[in-house]
Amino acid sequence: MANENTLFLASELQNNSNMISRFLYHFGKYVMWHRQIYKKQGNFSMYYKETIRQMYDIGIGSLPIVMIISVFIGAVTAVQISYQLSGSFIPDYYIGYLVRDMVLIELAVTFTCLVLAGKAGSKIAAEIGGMRQKEHIDAMEIMGVNTSSYLVLPKIIAAVFCIPILVFISGFIGIVGGYVATLLAGTFSANEYVKGLRAFFMPFNIVLLFVKAVVFSYILTTVSAYQGYFVKGGSIELGQASTRAVVYSDILILIADYVIAVVLTV
Amino acid sequence: MIRAENIFKSFGDTEVLKGIDFLFEESKTNLIIGKSGAGKTVLLKILVGLFEPTEGHIWYDDVDFCTLDKKQLQEIRMKVGMLFQGNALFDSMTVEENIRFPLDMFTKMTFKEKQMRVDSCLEKVSLEGSNVKFPSEISGGMQKRVGIARAIVLNPKYLFCDEPNSGLDPKTSITIDELISDITKEFKITTVINTHDMNSVMEIGENICLLDKGKLAWQGNKNEVMDSDNETLHNFIFASPFLQRLKKRAQQ
Repeated sequence: MANENTLFLASELQNNSNMISRFLYHFGKYVMWHRQIYKKQGNFSMYYKETIRQMYDIGIGSLPIVMIISVFIGAVTAVQISYQLSGSFIPDYYIGYLVRDMVLIELAVTFTCLVLAGKAGSKIAAEIGGMRQKEHIDAMEIMGVNTSSYLVLPKIIAAVFCIPILVFISGFIGIVGGYVATLLAGTFSANEYVKGLRAFFMPFNIVLLFVKAVVFSYILTTVSAYQGYFVKGGSIELGQASTRAVVYSDILILIADYVIAVVLTV
Repeated sequence: MIRAENIFKSFGDTEVLKGIDFLFEESKTNLIIGKSGAGKTVLLKILVGLFEPTEGHIWYDDVDFCTLDKKQLQEIRMKVGMLFQGNALFDSMTVEENIRFPLDMFTKMTFKEKQMRVDSCLEKVSLEGSNVKFPSEISGGMQKRVGIARAIVLNPKYLFCDEPNSGLDPKTSITIDELISDITKEFKITTVINTHDMNSVMEIGENICLLDKGKLAWQGNKNEVMDSDNETLHNFIFASPFLQRLKKRAQQ
């Protein structure tokens, strides 16, 4: 029995150490890969064209889904807070104030980026992984193209530029969603909500929103691109890489969210 | 001219290439032939730099390809064109955009100059007027020709073709072979073709390298194939019962 336990413990330790070494291997490879990404090769116009295409895909293409989720984020937050505060001595206008800050600091940026990790992230992984499997990347490499740079850098630029704008729009629509919800529920007046929106405003919260948006968009683009670029095997492996892109991006976004909150607000 | 010098390549414990020495000559169609799993594709990928050899050197004229830094590698790659087995055409681009891609990426030519170059390449592969079609809208043979047009658009010194006849009917295969052969002669290119198509061997095999189990089993040209008494070559060439019967009849 004792022998069996020892064997089990040894195999668990081995599994854990394999997991850690795999993590360290991929983390190191991911970091080292950045040197290639920022080594531009080829004409600027090609990078520009690709960046515009990606901006359209990531920015305009994601606008409808971002708008839909934002309305409900704001609306649900307003209704829930209104429910929590009902019967308390806290003034009604606090609901507008709380919705504004929750949406701007946390909900708009995190929800939007988690959804975009699913939408844009999986698309990036599948697109680059598909190119790897169809030998498009090999073809470009033989032509002399730095594929890490040409395929990833425009996506990073597009995401870092477009996602903060999407997040800002999401924040605005979220607040409007809260306003509409208060009107529909009729539990307190819309004027109170607007008064709350104007109360205790800290411009730094907007800075926080943009800092988070830039960091999250960088994470979701590079992690997804990494998963697609280094995919091996066939369609099953491509599907797995696409899933990994979303899962790892989501986890890293949440970790980054915590770190930024601690560093910038505590 | 490209020279493979004592090339070894292993993947883990599996040794795929075991000391290949071969000279791929200029203005000639150089063929790498052999059974599946003989190491043809690995050798081709080493020649173009997609794989690094475990041991040995690749010489492009008098330059050691394996010791180049990124910038020098880029300079050599500008002189290389490659036709892939699956064509590797970019699906989201038209035929014209596919061919123009290397020009857009690396040259300072004006749009008009690029357009003229693309049209001349399309004319070379007999695909005039197919500019705005997408790869999915043209046949396999036409896709191969677009692949060739893209490979030669930068006037390469070295052309690599990975199984250019795969998936094509015999007549289209012959057209593709003739096209590659003509281009090789016209532009004095060092062409390396990876194939196991017997028509190609007998029609355009000016310098043939037969691989067997990762080793060079025979070298020669199409005229020497029939006279050779190399057993591996004969087993490869006359693998099908039909060809064996033909051979017997010819001997009788």
